[in-house]
Amino acid sequence: MILSNLETVPNMHISKQLGLVQGSTVRAKHVGKDILAGLKNVFGGELKAYTELLQEARSEAVERMVQQASSVGANAVLNIRFSTSSVTQGAAELFAYGTAVILEDA
Amino acid sequence: MTADLIVFVVLLALGYVFGQSVERRHYRSILRREQELQDVLTFSAKLPPQDLKVEGTNLVSGNVVVSVDYFKRFVAGLRALVGGRMRTYETLLDRARREAVLRMKQQARQFGADMIFNVKLETASISKGAKDSIGSVEVYAYGTAINTSDSFSR
Repeated sequence: MILSNLETVPNMHISKQLGLVQGSTVRAKHVGKDILAGLKNVFGGELKAYTELLQEARSEAVERMVQQASSVGANAVLNIRFSTSSVTQGAAELFAYGTAVILEDA
Repeated sequence: MTADLIVFVVLLALGYVFGQSVERRHYRSILRREQELQDVLTFSAKLPPQDLKVEGTNLVSGNVVVSVDYFKRFVAGLRALVGGRMRTYETLLDRARREAVLRMKQQARQFGADMIFNVKLETASISKGAKDSIGSVEVYAYGTAINTSDSFSR
């Protein structure tokens, strides 16, 4: 599966467009980690637990998107975009979407 | 009442001392790594130039969550009364963006790529609207790393 946020992939041509595919996940913060984050709020600096949490959540969103793409028979997802929204306090939705296509060597 | 005041002053002092040192250290590390990774080129252009010999592409990304310290949040609170530039938050966002871009570049280098096209930066505020609002921000940088057979940038 080729993933790219370009509109086309150089040296390849799109033989079939299969429409929009998407994947999302909603993650809540861990209470224990939240307490540590509270401490960090006094001293400043990177909140590593959150960085990892969000990265993990994003890869899961991408994975779901890829699953959807392979279920429609695509071999690539192009023009991928990411977006984040906060649903309720302490939880965030990570969303990935793109266009599923079949690519062939040019 | 007095106890509250003491706690507040202690937090303020801790935030000032540690926050400053954390920020200075972070900036030093950012500058050093920007030097190291300066041959990984980033472009916001949507597509690589036609005549570039492309061998492969990979989606690369980097993210970071950075928090502001207690002292800076207090200063920003004062600033919000009179308006104007909030310098304390400017450096927070600057650090976060540069860090996220650096991590993305690091990942591109792991793929052996020396260019990243269509770089997008996304900023999200975690726990927005919370009662004692945490001044932390997430920056996510992503783009398409391109391996070329030209080696002009090495």
